[in-house]
Amino acid sequence: MSKLPSPDAMKAKLQDNVVVKSIFRPGSIYRKGYRDTSRDRALAAMNNVLYHLHPVKVKRHGLKLTYTYCLGGLSFFLFIMLTITGIFLMFFYRPTAGAGAELAYLDMQNLRQVVTFGDLVRNMHRWAAHLMVFSVFLHMARVFYHGAYKPPREFNWVVGIILLVLTLLLSFTGYLLPWDQLAMWAVAVGTSMAGFTPVFGQQVQFVLLGGVVIGPETLIRWYVLHVLMLPFVLTIFLAVHFWRIRKDGGISGPL
Amino acid sequence: MSEEVEMDQALYEQLLAEGKSERIARAKAKAAAVRAAKAASGEATGPRPAGDGEPAPANGDGGAAAPAAAKAPVAVGARAGGGGALTPEERQARVAAALAAKGGNGGVKTETRLAGQEHTHRLLAMVPPTGIQQIRGKQEDKVYTFPHLITAEFVALLAMTVVLVVWSATIPAPLLDLANPNVTPNPSKAPWYFMGLQELLRYFHPMIAGVTVPTVGIIVGMMLPYIDKNPSVKPENRKTAYTLFTIALIFNAVLVIVGSFMRGPGFNWVWPWVDGMWFGL
Repeated sequence: MSKLPSPDAMKAKLQDNVVVKSIFRPGSIYRKGYRDTSRDRALAAMNNVLYHLHPVKVKRHGLKLTYTYCLGGLSFFLFIMLTITGIFLMFFYRPTAGAGAELAYLDMQNLRQVVTFGDLVRNMHRWAAHLMVFSVFLHMARVFYHGAYKPPREFNWVVGIILLVLTLLLSFTGYLLPWDQLAMWAVAVGTSMAGFTPVFGQQVQFVLLGGVVIGPETLIRWYVLHVLMLPFVLTIFLAVHFWRIRKDGGISGPL
Repeated sequence: MSEEVEMDQALYEQLLAEGKSERIARAKAKAAAVRAAKAASGEATGPRPAGDGEPAPANGDGGAAAPAAAKAPVAVGARAGGGGALTPEERQARVAAALAAKGGNGGVKTETRLAGQEHTHRLLAMVPPTGIQQIRGKQEDKVYTFPHLITAEFVALLAMTVVLVVWSATIPAPLLDLANPNVTPNPSKAPWYFMGLQELLRYFHPMIAGVTVPTVGIIVGMMLPYIDKNPSVKPENRKTAYTLFTIALIFNAVLVIVGSFMRGPGFNWVWPWVDGMWFGL
């Protein structure tokens, strides 16, 4: 048996080809010759898709767990998790209700009992949704207590409030989709309040429900809002939010 | 808002007659007037001497100062063969030479010069001395995003994934009976984050609790950075803001907790440890 090359030699050989070099830009930690030097650390951020999100260097105090508690990042991560689990659920869910065609509820039962990992993924989606609402709330409180909305970050706070509202709307539209008693009556309480909007309350409620009462039309309407429109709008505001963090000088503080 | 500068009218007309553009003629005429004024008051014009103590020629010919700068005895012999990396010793010698040149010119104030930059003044000769801005970036305590921040984020991400998977694997999400518009559960409750508003419904007209309060809340929330003009971020300087915000948070939390756990059939008061809970997530 011939002697095997050392792991380092094998790694170098694997990395030293046109395909790997074309995928990983110079400075990538996966490219041959990465060294733990200031230059390569800077390049690792600069020549990476993450450079859209993070600068090469960040303030040291912002790394402390007790400064941010990672709340903004975790909110974003929960949004990613919700997108992934939500896409999975979309494969097995039809937003149809009404007499003789209760497909939405049937699909929910199938997700729990028939679909492989269906129950786990649905649970993850639901708990992550509650967690995201909670973490966005906490993130807002954290930003307030650090005065991180003060100039030049005023507008990013406004974007943050929009993101909070969108998060609530996303959670609320998703609440209806299981089409069980909990969903229907929680939404009934919420939307009946919207009906008390001055002047055009009835119209607001009609637009929200797609009718005068909650029914199959409400379900398809909220489904489209939940899986397509609100995530799309949220993503755009997220992009502005992250971009402004960098343009406004990175993490706030130190206090 | 340009400052009015006198102009050498004769030169201006002469240049115009030579076919120069109005803009260039005006600029040159103004420059000539400034030079004349400075010469009259005995002020030196052109770039300052290159740190070797030699007085600058006062004739406004910037080019004359450059050879002097090039000849300056800074970092003589410190250049390692015309380029390439320097050894630490070479760099140290170069810095020492630059510092000696800077400190040893008899009290004449010179521009700060970095080690080995003999050419600085030759370049600066093309720029009026007053046009040079010194830009000094504030030194901040920073670390590299990779690996410091990326690692921390990755750990947080993994921890959250673990929490979520364990939670989801152990606690099932609720799924009640099929929705039935004819059977109203008692009580009917909104999702927990709206329970504060639903609790307010007990005390106020729905237009107040369901529309006015959230609308005003969102608008005031958005205006908050423009209302709070206090520039300080230190907690001890923000007692009012802290107090108001904390009261709002606690108020909201109390409403949500009461609405979620202390309300039973008929939305009447219950103690959850006595009568049980009417709460769904």
